[in-house]
Amino acid sequence: MKRSGEKVIEYGLAFSGLVTILTTIGIIWVLISESWGFFREVSLADFLFDTEWTPLFTQKRYGILPLLSGTFLTTIIAIFTAVPVGIIIAVYLSEYAHKNFRQTVKPILEILAAVPTVVYGFFALTVVTPFLQSFIPGVGSFNALSAGIVMGIMIIPVISSLSEDALYSVPKSLREASYGMGATKFQTSFKVVVPAASSGILVSIILGIARAIGETMVVAIAAGQQPTLTLDPREAVETITAYIVQVSLGDVEHGSMEYKTIFAAGITLFFFTFLLNNVSFWIKKKYQEKYE
Amino acid sequence: MSNIQRNRNIDTAFKYVGIGCTFFGIVMLLIFIGNILVDGLTRIDWDFLTNLPSRRASKAGILTAWTGTAWILGLTAIIAIPMGVAAGIYLQEYGKKNRLAHIIELNIANLAGVPSIIYGLLGLEIFVRVMRLGGSLLAGALTLALLILPIIIVATREAIKAVPNSLREASYGMGATKWQTIWYQVLPAASGGILTGIILALSRAVGETAPLIVIGALAYVPFVADSPMDEFTVLPIQIFNWVSRPQQEFLVNGAAAIIILLIITFAMNGIAVYLRNRWQKKVSW
Repeated sequence: MKRSGEKVIEYGLAFSGLVTILTTIGIIWVLISESWGFFREVSLADFLFDTEWTPLFTQKRYGILPLLSGTFLTTIIAIFTAVPVGIIIAVYLSEYAHKNFRQTVKPILEILAAVPTVVYGFFALTVVTPFLQSFIPGVGSFNALSAGIVMGIMIIPVISSLSEDALYSVPKSLREASYGMGATKFQTSFKVVVPAASSGILVSIILGIARAIGETMVVAIAAGQQPTLTLDPREAVETITAYIVQVSLGDVEHGSMEYKTIFAAGITLFFFTFLLNNVSFWIKKKYQEKYE
Repeated sequence: MSNIQRNRNIDTAFKYVGIGCTFFGIVMLLIFIGNILVDGLTRIDWDFLTNLPSRRASKAGILTAWTGTAWILGLTAIIAIPMGVAAGIYLQEYGKKNRLAHIIELNIANLAGVPSIIYGLLGLEIFVRVMRLGGSLLAGALTLALLILPIIIVATREAIKAVPNSLREASYGMGATKWQTIWYQVLPAASGGILTGIILALSRAVGETAPLIVIGALAYVPFVADSPMDEFTVLPIQIFNWVSRPQQEFLVNGAAAIIILLIITFAMNGIAVYLRNRWQKKVSW
């Protein structure tokens, strides 16, 4: 009697685990089935190579390139902001800083990660954009630069904390050998420890990129909602995520072309983040426990 | 200048660059909070908390927004906590070596990297349309529950992993079954860690905007919800709506609402950190 009860509980628990698998299947099924309808009306070639994205106008064009360029432009700006700062913080905290300093600073940096993204959007729009306008001519009130920089600040903790873990786990003997040769701390950090931890640092950067590509509210608020094919960071751009938000704010009827476009945009976004995540798993698996 | 001297100078210089970068994040945070306080603090009063939304900025309040956030928080907790903890127990205590557990584990790692807006698309199709829940509180809570499930599962596993085996063995030695051992020994011992994870996950849910916009939460809701099937808005969406308007008065409203939102998220994070510290100190296996 007792034994059968135990089995019921075990199945109940396993079912809860299965929900996560159903979620994944659900996501893939939903994205594929709805964008299937989209691709029956728009050829893949148009989707990939047309240079205009105007599904909400009367003259409808369905080229994803402007949304992709917007996404990549803001992501690149974010990465150029976050990577140098994040890695320097990681090296400083792991190699230079006193233990107490490390323990006080880490939770404060974690606060940066806990702030809701809509708040970062407000920050980009009302503080960073006016600041940039004060010394860079031609910066619009919506622009890729401001959104990218703020997104960068937002992902600094992702990069610094993962990189620091990687640096910290490099065995002491390597550092001691380097000091024994007369190297300074700086030389030891950047010629011995950082190369030894490079796979972990790379993983942190890839996850940072994935985070920036999928980020929504900062770009929806500060980067604008005009799909323009441009690489000028002073201009307004629209990212994939911002487009989905823009359409969702209106009344979208199920089955309409607008409804299908957000799933086509969604599957494109999912493709990139899925790719980046799995590259990071692969790197982690391949280079893990090199020193043990 | 000799080589040695130069290398030492580089070393010292980097030290200051390091301190500078570390404080860059903190200074940004301060500027940021200071700026919001200056903009919004004077706007917060009792009327702001108890007024319905309005087209006139000076009359608009956040009553429907914060009650919506409270609803979403409660419903999401009811759905996500049992499921997340159960899945965590299964993976850690039952399925250590079996194939299903391995697949679930890989899958969770992948889900954690899916952008939140994609969950919105999932919720829109499955909960709003197929299950016909519409843009209701329930549809929003189900969507957010799926979003935070991986966080709760991982936290539960970590907390259970930290419980030493001797506790389980003592319980088995007394003739307890596996589930009795888990329910009476392992879970109480791991409760601090699990609770910390749950609170952090819920604080993430409170701050989410994009998935709720996608499932059709409204920006303008002129009544307080009284059932899970009602339409709703939440604080982040109200903020987004105000911030997207060109008028300065609405930006001020946005800043004021941000202060309330930040108080909620910081309080939740603070409680989580406090619990984590207390739990780590108290337990010494």
